[in-house]
Amino acid sequence: MRELTCILCPSGCQLQISKSNGEWTVNGNLCPRGEVYAVDEMINPKRIVCSTIKTIYPAVPRLPVKTSQKIPKEDIFPVMKVINQVRLDHPVRRGEVIVAKVLGTGADIVATADLYYLLEEEGING
Amino acid sequence: MRAIKAYDTIVIGGGPAGLAAALSAFEAGAETLMIEREKRLGGILKQCIHDGFGIIRFNQALTGPEYAGWYIEMVKKRGIPLLTKTFVTEIEQRGDGFRLSLVNSSEGLYQVISKSIVLANGCRERTARQIFIHGSRPAGVYTAGTAQYLVNILGYLPTKRCVILGSGDIGLIMARRLTLEGAKVVGVYEAKATPSGLERNIVQCLDDYDIPLKLSHTITRIIGEDRVEAVEVSRVDQTMSPLKGTEQVIECDGVILSVGLIPENELAESLGVRIDPRSGGPYVDQSFMTGIPGVFSCGNALTVSDLVDYVSETGKYAGASAASFVKDLPAQELIPIEKNEADFLYLIPQCFNINAVEQRLILYFRSRENRENVQVKVLADHQVIYQQRYQKLIPPEMKRIEIDSCPKPLNGIRDLRVEMEEGAKCES
Ligand SMILES: Cc1cc2nc3c(=O)[nH]c(=O)nc-3n(C[C@H](O)[C@H](O)[C@H](O)COP(=O)(O)OP(=O)(O)OC[C@H]3O[C@@H](n4cnc5c(N)ncnc54)[C@H](O)[C@@H]3O)c2cc1C
Repeated sequence: MRELTCILCPSGCQLQISKSNGEWTVNGNLCPRGEVYAVDEMINPKRIVCSTIKTIYPAVPRLPVKTSQKIPKEDIFPVMKVINQVRLDHPVRRGEVIVAKVLGTGADIVATADLYYLLEEEGING
Repeated sequence: MRAIKAYDTIVIGGGPAGLAAALSAFEAGAETLMIEREKRLGGILKQCIHDGFGIIRFNQALTGPEYAGWYIEMVKKRGIPLLTKTFVTEIEQRGDGFRLSLVNSSEGLYQVISKSIVLANGCRERTARQIFIHGSRPAGVYTAGTAQYLVNILGYLPTKRCVILGSGDIGLIMARRLTLEGAKVVGVYEAKATPSGLERNIVQCLDDYDIPLKLSHTITRIIGEDRVEAVEVSRVDQTMSPLKGTEQVIECDGVILSVGLIPENELAESLGVRIDPRSGGPYVDQSFMTGIPGVFSCGNALTVSDLVDYVSETGKYAGASAASFVKDLPAQELIPIEKNEADFLYLIPQCFNINAVEQRLILYFRSRENRENVQVKVLADHQVIYQQRYQKLIPPEMKRIEIDSCPKPLNGIRDLRVEMEEGAKCES
């Protein structure tokens, strides 16, 4: 049996997970999402990666981005490398894909803020 | 002389609290104005690029900019009057309203008046006055919020190798962020025996990256003339006094302080609003009205919240209340909400307006200590109107109670109290 803390919300449930006859049993979760989280943690722990990318606009030098879905933990630093190589040279909307299917993870790198809006507030017309 | 513009409701601050307040005041029909000192709306969420916002409000884990983006679009779509790059320097009570002094670069210093005011001006970071620093204060010491701004907004990495003092959530988030950007975070040092931040952040920000959390430890010395070169850390005893002989020197070029947030009270205090030393913000009733009729408080200006969803919720109700105040709110008649101070770190609202027509009551609280299996009861005139059992209560996690259909009418009650008691041991 293993104990882990669920990271999905501030409740931070203490989960107990064990396997018998190929079946996982999860205890301690206050909601069904905890069960899914615990099994994922045992088989293939995944995380959303949030970061920023460079832009060519001095007034808004960075734009926040995230992976569109969770990626395996061991892919976090390789994906960060890709993110840090991007230099955005045009405005994008929130949710727009910046890098599609990054490193074969199936996740896209998407913008989490509207660069049109940010530039507009800086008095720049994208 | 130019005519002074008059509004029903002015919302100060364009963060998540102010955005929600402006939306609900506007939707309730009040002539609304939102004032923000920065160029962009969104408040502190602009720099909180990590995910985990909106779990309750949107039932998904959004990033800070995404969460703010939704509200900003709503405010723009509605065409709610808005002043950015405008600082509210002073508020004065004038007859049946308020006179606000504003400064911005296009108009200079000028004034507007309003019948009601929503204070949504957020919180600020504590700086570590408790650290004993020898000699000159070297460069390389940042609050976690400043480090977050430098990395996420400006794209500047302020340290290559650092220690973090204090285990507040922003410090934990920054430990991960700096690590992702290639810095080495040697450890997080917390003087208390329990972490201040949420367990989920310890797991996903520290454990995921093998960053050690050193409880009962503090920085006793910062070494370096112009720039931080190293820190000395020591173990502390229960009274948080450093223990001789436990000193250890750690080489680093940066120190990140994450020692807590406090509501920004300057404007509230200038109006004479009474502040609750426990919640850090104004005393309010269930409509989020402070002791001064017409002045409302919400978001982190009211109390520092760990969930932005609650920040938006207090904003929404404060804005709606401010709008209805202008119309026809009955006179305020307050009774305190009684509680045992040994059980509750704080409870909001602190008082109850027995003339209010609304039957809904929302309470937010933090327990003073870690508690297991406790029963929280709300009693009106000594009759239990709500009870809830909690498996676990911890001070870093703010809890919310909503009573929407009271078994008895609440207007006119003489006594309202909240109690916490050990629940019956559950069989398992
Ligand atoms: C540095 C920092 C990092 C944080 N990180 C997280 C996090 O990672 N996760 C999390 O859940 N919570 C975080 N929080 C808590 C976060 O503040 C709340 O979740 C939420 O954003 C608070 O919203 P708010 O609208 O009350 O305040 P804010 O977002 O702070 O907005 C207040 C606004 O009021 C404006 N203002 C202030 N004074 C005036 C004035 N006199 N005139 C005009 N405008 C004024 C400010 O410019 C600001 O835009 C953080 C807080 C801080 C300080």
